[in-house]
Amino acid sequence: MNHRRKVTVGGVIKYIVLVLVFIFLAGPLIWEISLAFKGPGDNVYAIPQYLIPKTPTVNNFVEAFHRVPMAHYFANTLVVVAINVLGNIIGCSMAGYAFGCLKFRGRGFAHGLFALAMLMPTEGLLVSTFLLVKSMGLTNTLFGVALPGMVGPLNVLLMTNAFAAVPKELIEAGKVDGANKWQRFVHICLPQVKGTITVVGILAFVASYNDFLWPLVALSDDSKYTLTLGLNRLQGTFYTDPRLVAAGACISLIPIIVFFAIFQRYLFEGLQAGGIKG
Amino acid sequence: MARSVTQPQGRGDARNAPSARRHHRAIDDDGPSSWLFTIPAFFILLLFVFYPFLNTIRLSFTNSRMLIPGHWVGMENYVKLFQSDQFWTALLNSSLYVVCVVPFMLILPLILASLVAKGPKIIGFFRTTYYFPVVLSAVVIGLIWTNLLDSRGLINSIFQSLHWITTPIPFLTDRWLTLFSAMLVTIWEGLGYYMIIYLSALANIDPSLYEAAEIDGAGPIRQFFAITVPGVRSTMTLILFLSSASAFRVFSEVYVLTRGSGGVGGEDITMTMLIQREGTGLSARTGYASAISVVLLIIVGAITVIQQLIVRRGDD
Repeated sequence: MNHRRKVTVGGVIKYIVLVLVFIFLAGPLIWEISLAFKGPGDNVYAIPQYLIPKTPTVNNFVEAFHRVPMAHYFANTLVVVAINVLGNIIGCSMAGYAFGCLKFRGRGFAHGLFALAMLMPTEGLLVSTFLLVKSMGLTNTLFGVALPGMVGPLNVLLMTNAFAAVPKELIEAGKVDGANKWQRFVHICLPQVKGTITVVGILAFVASYNDFLWPLVALSDDSKYTLTLGLNRLQGTFYTDPRLVAAGACISLIPIIVFFAIFQRYLFEGLQAGGIKG
Repeated sequence: MARSVTQPQGRGDARNAPSARRHHRAIDDDGPSSWLFTIPAFFILLLFVFYPFLNTIRLSFTNSRMLIPGHWVGMENYVKLFQSDQFWTALLNSSLYVVCVVPFMLILPLILASLVAKGPKIIGFFRTTYYFPVVLSAVVIGLIWTNLLDSRGLINSIFQSLHWITTPIPFLTDRWLTLFSAMLVTIWEGLGYYMIIYLSALANIDPSLYEAAEIDGAGPIRQFFAITVPGVRSTMTLILFLSSASAFRVFSEVYVLTRGSGGVGGEDITMTMLIQREGTGLSARTGYASAISVVLLIIVGAITVIQQLIVRRGDD
């Protein structure tokens, strides 16, 4: 069935549209990278502007690290991300197993509560969540930043679906062999849902790496700042040099680009399953 | 590593899965110790969703402040709220956000999805780059666009070198332009996400429909309106409500573009920004901020309930 592609008017228009959308979506990122490499010899306010730096330099990156403790903020973010990824993988797998593979009284009701929680806008709970974390003495701690996101209701539902799809024969065979429900969880069911665990881990990673509102509220001590808060500070009134802001933004992009490249396929599935921005 | 598990394909499946197993529900053959598995998840759920929900409602009827528990004051916060210009500004801005952003989220991602659904390798490249912005934080996106929209930024510079304008357009300092700039950023960020949701819906359309249309001589635009649009109708409903709820809750884009100020004179403040501003800090009026939160919860809740009703009706 190897027929040659004909060049049609419709085909040309399609590619023109695709390229225009590409410029709209990728252009700002490319521009930001160019800006980050522009040196003192470049007029960043030139009219007309130009893309290729005339005096390329990495000084902006050095300067960004120098002015704002980017490495420190990055380490803080990693702590929060690690807690959230582990928390979601463990907590959601366990709950998903119970809802998907076990039969017990009240299961439908309990599962329904998670579906309800998924619809709750956290912005509306901000003040009470802050008061609660404060009464626990966890404001201004990285654990306090991570805690509310440690088990995402959506992730519980994703894991439930995955566990519900584990072949019943496997579970029955485990029962016949005398495995109790903890052994069946670890040895039989978990290996079957590795893919969804990856998706859940990715969703938790992206959500906590990018979160802004909650850390903004929960942290006031800037030595505890996460990367998003640090970046926001980079843009603060002290620094009006767009090159520095661009360098900081580019630094924060590197981990997420690497992450995107490695887990692209899972990410796509995770997004299709309704994660991140929903 | 081959993945042996079918991935869930959307929120719809997440909802339907338990009901498919309804006939098992009455049986308790794994015993009450099964609950042990749900403890970590329930701990977080009760502590950080249901408790704050109830506490927000309770606080909204008190005059509590950050460091003072306060006492019952009935509807006082709500009365104050409805007399506050700032509240109406925030409600207007957030509502306007829904009205302006949602149509773009409904239509543009569908066009994109149908352009990148299938084809040679290069199409896959476009598909990947289109959804990349989805994984970026709103703060980084806000910073990038602040640079672009600045009075001396790239966009003004382009317009000036084309002699379209003589003085820079105040994208980030005009009351209305700031809001529209933030909407542009939200759209930029959301296109890829909704494109992906549409892509999974497009995959479910029977390809023979397109073949039949081709034989009947229908062009790509006819096919789009006759097959694609009806084929993704339920997904469109889903996106209508998803994007409405998320547009109404907008925070980061406006916050970063206005450097946390909510625009000149705070005229660009949104509902979530108002909650953050009134409800945090040492002298915060937590009771009053909770009343704003309740209004947000009611509006977003209403959007969700209407969606569920429509989806349920569609199922029957």
